[in-house]
Amino acid sequence: MKKHTIAVIVNDQPGVLQRVSGLFGRRGFNIESITVGSSEEIGLSRMVIVTTGDDHTLEQVTKQLYKLIDVIKVIDLSSNPMVGRELALIKVNAEPGTRPEILGVVETFRAAVVDIGTHSLIVQVVGDTEKIDAMVELLKPYGIRELSRTGVTALNRGNTK
Amino acid sequence: MAMQDATLKSKEELKERLTKPEIISGSEILLRSLLLEGVDCVFGYPGGAVLYIYDAMHGNPDFNHLLTRHEQGAIHAADGYARASGKVGVCIATSGPGATNLVTGIATAYMDSVPLVVITGNVISSLIGSDAFQEADITGITMPITKHSYLVRDVEDLPRIIHEAFHIANTGRKGPVLIDIPKDISAAKTLFKPVTSVNIRGYNPTVSPNKQQVDKLIKAITEAERPLILAGGGVVYSGGHEELFEFVTKSQIPITTTLLGLGAFPSGNDLFLGMPGMHGTYTANKSIQSADLLINIGARFDDRVTGKLDGFAPHAKIVHIDIDPAEIGKNVPTDIPIVGDVKTVLQIVNQGVKRADKADEWRAKLKASCEQYPFSYTDSEVELKPQWVVELIHETTNGDAIVTTDVGQHQMWAAQYYKFNKPRSWVTSGGLGTMGFGFPSAIGAQMANPDRVVVSINGDGGMQMCAQELAICAINNIPVKVAIINNQVLGMVRQWQELIYDNRYSHIDLAGSPDFVKLSEAYGVKAFRATNKEEARVAWAEALSHPGPAVVEFVVRKGENVYPMVAQGSTIDEMIMGDAE
Repeated sequence: MKKHTIAVIVNDQPGVLQRVSGLFGRRGFNIESITVGSSEEIGLSRMVIVTTGDDHTLEQVTKQLYKLIDVIKVIDLSSNPMVGRELALIKVNAEPGTRPEILGVVETFRAAVVDIGTHSLIVQVVGDTEKIDAMVELLKPYGIRELSRTGVTALNRGNTK
Repeated sequence: MAMQDATLKSKEELKERLTKPEIISGSEILLRSLLLEGVDCVFGYPGGAVLYIYDAMHGNPDFNHLLTRHEQGAIHAADGYARASGKVGVCIATSGPGATNLVTGIATAYMDSVPLVVITGNVISSLIGSDAFQEADITGITMPITKHSYLVRDVEDLPRIIHEAFHIANTGRKGPVLIDIPKDISAAKTLFKPVTSVNIRGYNPTVSPNKQQVDKLIKAITEAERPLILAGGGVVYSGGHEELFEFVTKSQIPITTTLLGLGAFPSGNDLFLGMPGMHGTYTANKSIQSADLLINIGARFDDRVTGKLDGFAPHAKIVHIDIDPAEIGKNVPTDIPIVGDVKTVLQIVNQGVKRADKADEWRAKLKASCEQYPFSYTDSEVELKPQWVVELIHETTNGDAIVTTDVGQHQMWAAQYYKFNKPRSWVTSGGLGTMGFGFPSAIGAQMANPDRVVVSINGDGGMQMCAQELAICAINNIPVKVAIINNQVLGMVRQWQELIYDNRYSHIDLAGSPDFVKLSEAYGVKAFRATNKEEARVAWAEALSHPGPAVVEFVVRKGENVYPMVAQGSTIDEMIMGDAE
């Protein structure tokens, strides 16, 4: 099972997320993560979906997506060099005694502390999925209270479009 | 000539009246737009959320609306209308239960790629999402079974949405499009500006094929020793039957047509092998399994055709011509994919195709096989046999009727024993297999073809799923001829329970059903019952010669099975040819 990152350019219409996610659900395609936001063109949104499956599945996903009237373009980002990033907010236990240690980890990852409470910190980390996974692993021993990840958003590098 | 001029003039007058820029309500915009799309008959059922729309119909001499007795009847009628005419079928229902009653019909049309525009009312925009009276999220419910759907949010959008809906429904791979109109939108007034052009960025079906792939097909034909054509509903829907005939004539390749493809090719032709699949002919199934080139034209390799996929057409190079790229490679790996409209593709193929010269032996072998293994049954002089009834219907209508069916054994016998020669003469729910479809779809087929004989063949089970529409046949004198093949049992379920579930007959007994003659008469429809051949001939002849609608109940043998049969999970050459002795 290969992981694929695809971008789906869609009309910014009510219900379009339901059309796309519903299609994945009923055709038995897996969604590992999905992000939606505006694109470079007014009226169009860009969805980035991470899915798993063999090449036949990816071909079917692409063809079925194109059947949706609101889908303008489907791009298999992971077939070319790409930049994939996600953001995570991690609320981690931090008593005054452990704070310096945690700040050390944060600095190494070029992450940031975006909130400090009496017993906790919120760490913001941006990077590819592996980096976030590693950060989470390192913060686990301190006790993660809450974790929120955005899922991957991505673009192809350079001149590939 | 004078009359033609008069019709033309009145048409122009109508168009001028309809396109006049006036401030009118959303309801009037809807009706005008439908008329401008060429809609001559709409099937529907009123209710609270569509009151403005029905109010606009009141006293409107241009708009032809047929009131069914159930929304399901309305949508199946619209479906039959579309299949028998090639035009878009239109139905209207109210919000909530009206809309949900359409769901089976929408799914039926979606599975068989039938162009429909389905109009539903919804509650007032400000109430949407509040669980208001008769509110249902019909666009959400139908998302998986529509080609596209619209929830109208602004009356200004209505002309564009209606025009787009007709365009989407009847181009590319056809299908149902739903337009959900909140009550305040149908009431709101605005200046009507008709829309005549479409610009949908995300919708641009591929019509013309890739030339290289076409060349590969032409070359493959000259090399093949055992070529075979598998033609489906796409031939009928694209209007490509003449091109198909030319293709077969030039290439001299034997042809089998799927259930939905019946009528796309004349059944009397020497190269015609009959239908393949679960209840297909011996020769069609065997030939698929030994072919070295299988040319699929507008069929989708449904599991009822392929049987067990692993082991389907094991020796064949697969060519697949389809308007929908997602069908290619979906079920069967394809060697030569050709995306395009069947008619357009075949026009191009026909310019270069040569006779399949290496296939003489194959042709002779298949012809002999067809003669040796036709569909067959053991006739009886004591009981009526359902197959005989279909043969009677075929003979008495010279094979020229439009035949609609319900789903089950009678559907398969109709497919096997009615020999179709013309497209759009066969209306059946193939993909979804919807019981209750047969009779109301005949009403739509008749509305689209007032001058043709329309026969609806039903079982005693399915007839009771939409029998209420007898009323609209009687009231509007719609002369559909209904055959009820009554074996007092859910025959196809009985057959599976006999053959696969070890004679454990569970909940299939329909004894105690109403007297179909009395039922029909109660609705004001002439009806007959036949229990033997003589009665059957007389009753059917009377029904056919009766100017209005008529029902004939044929009481047939209960235990009759459909053969050949390929059990689910078997490859299609593993056929049960008849009852065990």
